[in-house]
Amino acid sequence: MASGGPLTAEGYIQHHLTNLVYGQFNEGHARAQAGCEEHCVAVGDWGFAQTAEEASQMGFMAINVDTMGWSLVLGLIFLFIFGRAAKQATTGVPSGLLNFVETIVDFIDDLVRSTFQHSGNALVAPMALTIFVWVFFMNLMDLIPVDWIPFVAEHYLHIPFMKVVPSTDPNITLGMAFGVFMLIVYYSILKKGAWGFFSELAFHPFPKWMFPVNLILEGVNLIAKPVSLGLRLFGNLYAGEMIFILIALMYGGLVMSVAGGVLQLAWALFHVLVITLQAFIFMVLSVVYLNQAHDVMEEH
Amino acid sequence: MSITLTLIGQSIAFFVFVWICMKAIWPPITEAMAARQKQIADGLAAAERASLDLELAQKRATDELKDAKAEAAALVEEARQRAAQMVDEAKEDARAEGAKLLEAARADIEREVNRARETLRKDVAVLAVAGAEKVLGQAVDAGAHAALLDDLAKQL
Repeated sequence: MASGGPLTAEGYIQHHLTNLVYGQFNEGHARAQAGCEEHCVAVGDWGFAQTAEEASQMGFMAINVDTMGWSLVLGLIFLFIFGRAAKQATTGVPSGLLNFVETIVDFIDDLVRSTFQHSGNALVAPMALTIFVWVFFMNLMDLIPVDWIPFVAEHYLHIPFMKVVPSTDPNITLGMAFGVFMLIVYYSILKKGAWGFFSELAFHPFPKWMFPVNLILEGVNLIAKPVSLGLRLFGNLYAGEMIFILIALMYGGLVMSVAGGVLQLAWALFHVLVITLQAFIFMVLSVVYLNQAHDVMEEH
Repeated sequence: MSITLTLIGQSIAFFVFVWICMKAIWPPITEAMAARQKQIADGLAAAERASLDLELAQKRATDELKDAKAEAAALVEEARQRAAQMVDEAKEDARAEGAKLLEAARADIEREVNRARETLRKDVAVLAVAGAEKVLGQAVDAGAHAALLDDLAKQL
């Protein structure tokens, strides 16, 4: 614990759910106020938040260094593995790595071919591959026992907080969903024109004279896509992580430790499914949304 | 757990990774896969063609073998006929030669017989005269009995 206080269940959970935040201090921070005695900072300074409270006071001007960092590391691992395979790519007998990568690529390719009906878009399939593998890697961090990396970080690297599962951070999941959303808007405008995109939102499903109602309905519909996309992944992984943390709380005493071990194993095995499924759902829905963005509707 | 700059950072990372994947990872892998697929398809087609060719060649070989066998049989048959014919001809020749030889021998014998008969005839006259002389105790004029002697000789 960074605070050094007694280890309570509540404190333990709180600690596990707190990001390592690098952000801008403002007037709300105790350390930036006049009565500050040690480790003082000025308003407008950037620095690491030492407590969960400080982190939440930073508001928008902050970066979750841990989840963002893990997300980037996992994304780079994805690029490294698949990049190596791409460099090895040969028409001859494929090596083990290439074989493995090709299996995934083929799977994604088939899926995109059957889901995405419009030809001539070179972005959708690589995007689906990136989303699937990246999200899968991010979710996979959930299977690492909850205390391993935070313990090492805290005791050997003196990093007070370390949340290792990027997809339990809504910033990460919504960030990706927002990226997909921007692509949806971009391709909608590219394929239908700005007016076509607007009329799709305004003159549908009711007649034209009811366009305010249409606009609200379709607007909600449009916004709901990235929000549901991001929150679904976040919710599932957050809940999974929470259960791992609660199971981790059981350890101590022989009976409870054994029960905890069994529970953890069972939940981890079940979670393997959740991890894969959520990565898959995120990818498929992204492809479906982009497919819809390419659909040019006939005039009503 | 508030929304922070992380969201924007993740969005940027998302675009960068997707872009890298689109430029450097997806095309080489899918192209290699498509090329390999084509190679395998070509290979299979070639194998099929080859096996078809093989089948045809085998059929042709069988046909040719059959033809050759038939030809050989015909040749053997012809040779046998020819041999039989030659044997027949030889037999015929031999028979004709034999007949000719027999004929010649017969003619020789005839001639010998005639000659012997001729000689005999001449001798008969002399012997008859000599015998008659012995019987009669006197010389017989051969001239006087020429007609008689000729008669005798003719009876031989």
